Amino acid sequence: MDSKLKKILLEPIFNNNPVVIQVLGICSALAVTTRLQTAVTMCLAVTFVTALSNVGVSLVRKIIPGSIRMIVEMTIIAALVIMVDQFIKAFSYNLSKELSVFVGLIITNCIVMGRTEAFAIKNNVVESAIDGLGNGLGYSVLLLVVAFVRELFGFGTLFGYTVLSTVNQGGWYVPNGLLVLSPGAFFLIGFFIWGLKTWKSNLITDE
Amino acid sequence: MEHVTSMFIQGVFTQNLALVLFLGMCTFLALSKKVETAMGLGIAVIVVQAITVPVNALLLNYVLKEGALSWTGIEALSKLDLSFLTFITFISVIAAMVQILEMLLDRFFPPLYNALGIFLPLITVNCAIMGGSLFMEQRGYNMMDSCLYGLFSGIGWAFAIVLLAGIREKLEYSRSPKALRGIGMAFMVVGLLAMAFMCFSGM
Repeated sequence: MDSKLKKILLEPIFNNNPVVIQVLGICSALAVTTRLQTAVTMCLAVTFVTALSNVGVSLVRKIIPGSIRMIVEMTIIAALVIMVDQFIKAFSYNLSKELSVFVGLIITNCIVMGRTEAFAIKNNVVESAIDGLGNGLGYSVLLLVVAFVRELFGFGTLFGYTVLSTVNQGGWYVPNGLLVLSPGAFFLIGFFIWGLKTWKSNLITDE
Repeated sequence: MEHVTSMFIQGVFTQNLALVLFLGMCTFLALSKKVETAMGLGIAVIVVQAITVPVNALLLNYVLKEGALSWTGIEALSKLDLSFLTFITFISVIAAMVQILEMLLDRFFPPLYNALGIFLPLITVNCAIMGGSLFMEQRGYNMMDSCLYGLFSGIGWAFAIVLLAGIREKLEYSRSPKALRGIGMAFMVVGLLAMAFMCFSGM
């Protein structure tokens, strides 16, 4: 793989992470991360949709007039999301219940729209596919880290298997209920941003 | 009346779209630096939400749901289940409504258009709007409830963003750690706000 493609793939994972640096796609990052299983499903779904919608938009970029490009992008994205939703409903109905409206909300996930608008509309198909994949992975990294912490310390389990045996089950660990609730998610991502910006101080922008 | 009150409490406080259900976060964080902008966006969200949820409910109940087309009296249509088209219909309705609203405001209420103008296109991709319609579908609201839910959930979102903007305006002057300034700090504040809103959940 030549260095340009590699850069497009790796850049969004830390240096230009879609969630913590570009501040896109936060809604679902917060809502589906109480358990790893839902987080993994969501990561796969979003990566699939970003990569393929980038390919789709990139393919038609030269023939769509500028004035209606938004609606074309939206239609491509919505079609892909319907495919994902039907797939999850068919193969794992309980999971689709647990994800509730958040699969549908991938349509309005700003990562997807943002990448088609910012990248796919002016780049070739291969680069767009890689960019979509990279951003999907960047989103996944954050989601998995947050879900790992929330499930481990909030429920004492990982993927539903008991790791820290909680007091309720006769063990020693007192689960931290705050992490499962919404404020916990906000604090965690806040700390994640703090950590990342302390580690890579070039990311600090004067606001 | 009691029903309306409980819908209000639910939409604005206990099931607040922004702070409890995490919807519309991108614009929520990006445009909450000033109270004035937050207010403008908040009003735009209330208006769009109050229109799109009932319209989508109408489409869902009379076109998309399984057996929804039975009012046409045509046998072949009455068994049709178009619910797989829900997402694409909802998002098109939202995009179209925003466009129409923009044109109407431009034609009849220029001052309001100038105030809201830049925020309207952003609303299409605000997941609070899409989320409102999807929750309406999931919870099976009827027409009356959809109208109430659209209005109240919009108010809840607007209330939350104005609150956050008020706090962030004051935070500008604080000496927080460099790496935490801006977006990191916003997350912490939203976390605290969400905690405060959890107090309502016993009501």
